Amino acid sequence: MAKTLAEKIWQEHVVRSAQGEPDLIYIDLHLIHEVTSAQAFDGLRVAGRKVRAPQLTIATEDHNTPTQNIDKPIADPVSKLQIDTLRQNCAEFGIRIHSLGDIDQGIVHVVGPQLGLTQPGMTIVCGDSHTSTHGAFGALAFGIGTSQVEHVLATQALPLDRPKTMAINVEGTLPQGVTSKDIILAIIAQIGTGGGQGYVIEYRGSAIRDLSMEARMTVCNMSIEAGARAGLIAPDQTTFDYIRGRSHAPEDWDAAVAYWSTLQSDADAKFDVEITIDADILAPFVTWGTNPAQGLPLSEKVPDPKNIEDLEERESAERALEYMSLKPGTPLKKIAVDTVFLGSCTNGRIEDLRSAAAILAGKTIAPNLRMLVVPGSARVRLQAEAEGLDQIFMADGAEWRNAGCSMCLGMNPDQLAPGERAASTSNRNFEGRQGKGGRTHLVSPLVAAATAIRGTLSSPADL
Amino acid sequence: MEKFIAHTGTALPLRRSNVDTDQIIPAVYLKKVTRNGYEDGLFSAWRKDPEFVLNKPEYKSATILIAGMDFGTGSSREHAVWALQNYGFAVIISSRFADIFRGNSLKAGLLTVILPQEVIEGLWAAVETTPTLEITVSLADRTVSYDGNTVGFDLDDYTRWRLMEGLDDIGLTLKQSDAIADFESRRSSLKPATLPVR
Repeated sequence: MAKTLAEKIWQEHVVRSAQGEPDLIYIDLHLIHEVTSAQAFDGLRVAGRKVRAPQLTIATEDHNTPTQNIDKPIADPVSKLQIDTLRQNCAEFGIRIHSLGDIDQGIVHVVGPQLGLTQPGMTIVCGDSHTSTHGAFGALAFGIGTSQVEHVLATQALPLDRPKTMAINVEGTLPQGVTSKDIILAIIAQIGTGGGQGYVIEYRGSAIRDLSMEARMTVCNMSIEAGARAGLIAPDQTTFDYIRGRSHAPEDWDAAVAYWSTLQSDADAKFDVEITIDADILAPFVTWGTNPAQGLPLSEKVPDPKNIEDLEERESAERALEYMSLKPGTPLKKIAVDTVFLGSCTNGRIEDLRSAAAILAGKTIAPNLRMLVVPGSARVRLQAEAEGLDQIFMADGAEWRNAGCSMCLGMNPDQLAPGERAASTSNRNFEGRQGKGGRTHLVSPLVAAATAIRGTLSSPADL
Repeated sequence: MEKFIAHTGTALPLRRSNVDTDQIIPAVYLKKVTRNGYEDGLFSAWRKDPEFVLNKPEYKSATILIAGMDFGTGSSREHAVWALQNYGFAVIISSRFADIFRGNSLKAGLLTVILPQEVIEGLWAAVETTPTLEITVSLADRTVSYDGNTVGFDLDDYTRWRLMEGLDDIGLTLKQSDAIADFESRRSSLKPATLPVR
């Protein structure tokens, strides 16, 4: 029977299948970090269990780490305890860890691909919802909770219900200034925060094929914002070229490529749902509300909730506008921001920094505006410095930081103050996500750069 | 894990959709390394508002949370489940839950019940009229009963059995250790390993 890519990967990982029970699925790679693992290791200790496959597990420190003064002890004792706990747990259970200050430290979803550990056809999990990022390589990758982290540590397998499949075909050519971030924001606005619920989304079509590996990661990263279990893209030459030469790339390269090349949905495979999006008419996108589906093209105005028919959506929009302190009918381009954040597992890779630097070169950022540039990993930081990008950002007045999740979530010292408004290349515009009372507009790196220069939400075409 | 057969209690009507996990518990509360002590973080931003439903004395002893559509979207933090449990909730009812939140809740023994939106509207109205209204959620019968009404809900047999027996999910998988070892012996050598470091 014809199969989709997701079904093929699933089938290859079934350890045990029994009528009336979830399938037991083998996990090829388990990524861990400080925030969602401590209680899992505690559970192992209480039950006297071991880590079954430390050689398929890797840890980094990212969520709770500062991005300044990383050579000094972490100031917040509660944060420090969490980081120290991860280090102790990794030492006790024999797990590889890249700590703050290590050259391979960084956001877990930037580090995996960078090391060549993320490869097509794998199952990858992490106690973090943005694990969907790794789907860009044609891997089945999804976020799990701490109970499941403990489960994978103990058994290297998870009992899981088979997901439904959805195809999103993005056909055509992206206009100048439109990025993969705009593709995914437009998709989420169209299908909603629950539209992907229960599905693995496979992104297909010519506009997806034309994307670089890093741009594909941005698309898959935000699958969770559409509620999907995972997002994936079939591997092709772009994928193979990205992996080749990385430290954990397969030694038997030809055999690996031969296998990876089989990882395609069959031509006559049937998806449960299929959606087509026209890339030619996409535009730079920005969110105006407090969930990632509340977004519009930058050229539009803040919507009037009165015009929203669905009662729940209308109430949600009313509450969002109140929280965001926005008036219906205001052109989105008139919205002034205090802060621009460039970084995160969504847009903290080298291409993101390059594209923003290209806009910012020779310009200065708007007065009284704070811009944070936070590379996704220590290696991205070094690469950017080798290319002189840090000099461009700092000459413009931006702050150049060390790697971490930073202002994507209000957990480490990088936060918005109450009432502050940010244009952010991250993935969530929830109330208080970037700091209590902070207001977030999700944007692409290009829009972030143009906004930093003008001080109001802008695209490079406005410069 | 404690066995879950049925639960009877009063309810709290949360008339909001898209309640994300950053609202249930903001990231700043995630620094602890324990599974308890998260009750103060529950809806902490919204609780600053004295009018917020959780602050109303008539709902103080509620153990069943009735929320709008798409409850638990966003982050995979199981702390959201722990915060709800630590505060005293045993059951969450919504017309749709985010996948990861639902998975986490059913692993940790917090029962998430899916009911049609029109039933939720009816429950909200009934609870707002009579905050002391007792609601019984029976996992054994897969029903929610209140005020002479009984509505059924779906939950797969396997999860229901696991919760009713209070079984350790990891223990169940460990019984399949031979099957896992067999799978590992057949696994492709092309797959990468994190160790040794290369």
